[in-house]
Amino acid sequence: MLLIKCPWCGERDAHEFSYGGEAHITRPENPDKLSDEQWADYLFMQKNAMGPFLERWVHAHGCRRWFNVRRDTVTHEITAVYKMGDRPPERTA
Amino acid sequence: MPKSYLRQSALAHLHLEAHAVEVAGDAGVDLCERPFRGQLVLRGDCTDNAFRDAVQQALGVTLPVEPNSVTNVDQVSVIWLGPDEWLVVVPDGHEQAIEQELREALAGIHFAVTDVGDSRAVIGISGPHARDVLKKGCSVDLHPRVFGPGQCAQTALARCHMLLHQVNQAPTYDIYVHRSFADYIWCWLEDAAQEFGLAIIAQAPGASAGARAPESEPVVPA
Repeated sequence: MLLIKCPWCGERDAHEFSYGGEAHITRPENPDKLSDEQWADYLFMQKNAMGPFLERWVHAHGCRRWFNVRRDTVTHEITAVYKMGDRPPERTA
Repeated sequence: MPKSYLRQSALAHLHLEAHAVEVAGDAGVDLCERPFRGQLVLRGDCTDNAFRDAVQQALGVTLPVEPNSVTNVDQVSVIWLGPDEWLVVVPDGHEQAIEQELREALAGIHFAVTDVGDSRAVIGISGPHARDVLKKGCSVDLHPRVFGPGQCAQTALARCHMLLHQVNQAPTYDIYVHRSFADYIWCWLEDAAQEFGLAIIAQAPGASAGARAPESEPVVPA
C-alpha cells in the first residue's frame, strides 16, 4: 500500500488520490500568440523523469484539495508534500 | 393529483422496521438507518475571525478548524470537509431556518451555504465489533489511539465514497454515503457483520449528535 500524506488529512492510502501530472507547468500568458507546436508542447509534453519528480495529486476521496508531491518515480518514495502555490522545499539529502 | 409528497428515506424499500429488534442485545454489531437529517454545506475562509464568529453566533457551535474533526452542540453538528468547507447537520425540518440564520449572520462576508437535503444517506453502526466491520472495507486507521469520538474522515468504504464520523466511545459511527449508494453499502455492511452477530435497530442506539428525536413520525408510504 502506498501512503500519500495529504497536507490536510494526513497519511492516506493512494487509492483515495488522483494523479494530476507534472507540477509547476505555467500556462502561457497569450495562448493565441503561440504556434500549434508550442501549444501542444504546453499541453502534452511532460518530463517523465526517472527519479525525483514534482507532480500534482488531488485527494479525490477526501478533502478534494490539490497539492504537490515530490515522488521518486523509480522507488515511489515520497520526499516532500507541499501546498499549491508553494515552492518545492529544498532537498535535504 | 397527489395529496402530498411521500418522502422516503434512502433505505425505505428495505423495510428495515420489519427486521428490527426493539432494544440492542448482545449482538456484535448494531446497524440502523438514521433517516432524515437536515444537511447544509457551508463554505468560507476560516482564517477570517469574522467568519468564524458569525458561524458560532448563528449555529451556537464552534467551527471545527482542525482537519477531520467534528463539533456539536445539542442536535447541531459541524463536520470538517475541507480547509474551507463544512457539513452542517441539523434536525430535520430546521435546515431552512438555520440557513437563514447563517445568511443573516454572514451578511457582508464571502461565504456560501447550500441546502443539500437528503443527498447523503446516514447509516449508524455500533457495537463491540463495529470497528472490525469497517476495517474490512476502509483503509483509514480507526484504532482508538488515533481515531476517536469527535473525529471524522472522508475516505472510501468498499470502494464507495464515505464520510465517517465517530460519535462516541462505544464505538458508534455515523456513515454518510451518497444516497444512491445507500442500498449497496447497507448490503455490504450486513454481509460484513454476519460473522460477529448482527442486530438491526429500529431506533438509533444511544443519543447521537445530530440524531433526531422524532417529534412526528416520518411519512412512510402505505
